Amino acid sequence: MNKIIRFLPLILVIALGVVLYRGLSLNPQDMPSALVGKTMPDFSLATLNDANRIVNKTDLVGDIVLLNVWATWCPTCKYEHPYLLEIANDPKLKPYVKLYGLNYKDERIAAQQWLTHYEDPYHFSIFDEQGTLGLNLGVFGAPETFVIDHHGVIRKRFAGAIDTRVWRKEFEPLIKQLISEKQKGE
Amino acid sequence: MLNRVLFIVVLTVTLFMVTGAANASPVETFEFRDEVTKIRFQALSKELRCPKCQNQNLADSNSPIATDLRRELYDLLQQGKADSEIVNFMVSRYGEFVLYRPRVSSITYVLWFGPALLILIGVIVVIVILRKKPATKENLALSTQQQDKLQQLLESNKVKASQQSNTDKKDKE
Repeated sequence: MNKIIRFLPLILVIALGVVLYRGLSLNPQDMPSALVGKTMPDFSLATLNDANRIVNKTDLVGDIVLLNVWATWCPTCKYEHPYLLEIANDPKLKPYVKLYGLNYKDERIAAQQWLTHYEDPYHFSIFDEQGTLGLNLGVFGAPETFVIDHHGVIRKRFAGAIDTRVWRKEFEPLIKQLISEKQKGE
Repeated sequence: MLNRVLFIVVLTVTLFMVTGAANASPVETFEFRDEVTKIRFQALSKELRCPKCQNQNLADSNSPIATDLRRELYDLLQQGKADSEIVNFMVSRYGEFVLYRPRVSSITYVLWFGPALLILIGVIVVIVILRKKPATKENLALSTQQQDKLQQLLESNKVKASQQSNTDKKDKE
């Protein structure tokens, strides 16, 4: 008994070391969204390409939705763009998954030019100049991507750029799961 | 002497300048309804964390999201929302992360009660150590039995030693 007590401080120090060492490799930016598991917030905003077309939640709900937050002021969005095009044009995903954009705190003309210049991967982009929908979604930067299921429930929020590796690791399993959920009629 | 005084004055002034610069935070011109709202705004913007920045509150950060949230905070205050409603508003969007003073819940028990528990453990350890009887002269002194045994050992050692020295002498011869 006495011997064990003598080694207790050493054991504690080692345990502390392990905990702190693990902390070094954690990504502090990676935090769960408060909205995962909640329904998509309501909104009523114009689309980017047509200022007279007002869209709201019902325009999104029904399919498995990827909602990508982007802006022309965001350099990482440019990096992400070709991968978004790839996803939008993937024949395996096309029947199930719809990609929408949320143009976040941007200028309309610049954003329209971006889409004509780099090609438009989105079914439509919501034009959120004031960042109101962004605020309700807990967006704190761009790019961010939300996965919304066919019931309109937010299932995932990913902050950062999507590329092939991120897509495989973070999104593909969830999308497969959602497709099977939808087919089962859950 | 004069030099020393001058030195201290210069040091104090520069110190003030440095800390003043460090405390400088982004300033927007908000017009508050009354003094209380202003104080509440200042308190809340110090207690809410900027979601984008790792360790800055809303008052400190000049990132765009912090600016937006300060504006939102101001709007909510002007609408006459209670502090708890405002905090709930932020938490429901950005998660518990935005609270610099986390709520007491099952995941924050360790955070809230851990330090008190550690102090308690420390106090117990100190008490246990103090209550152990220190070595006094009385319990250090040998009993008569022990003394006899000691005497015997010393005697036998003496005999052995003398025998040894005798054999050594013989070897030399």
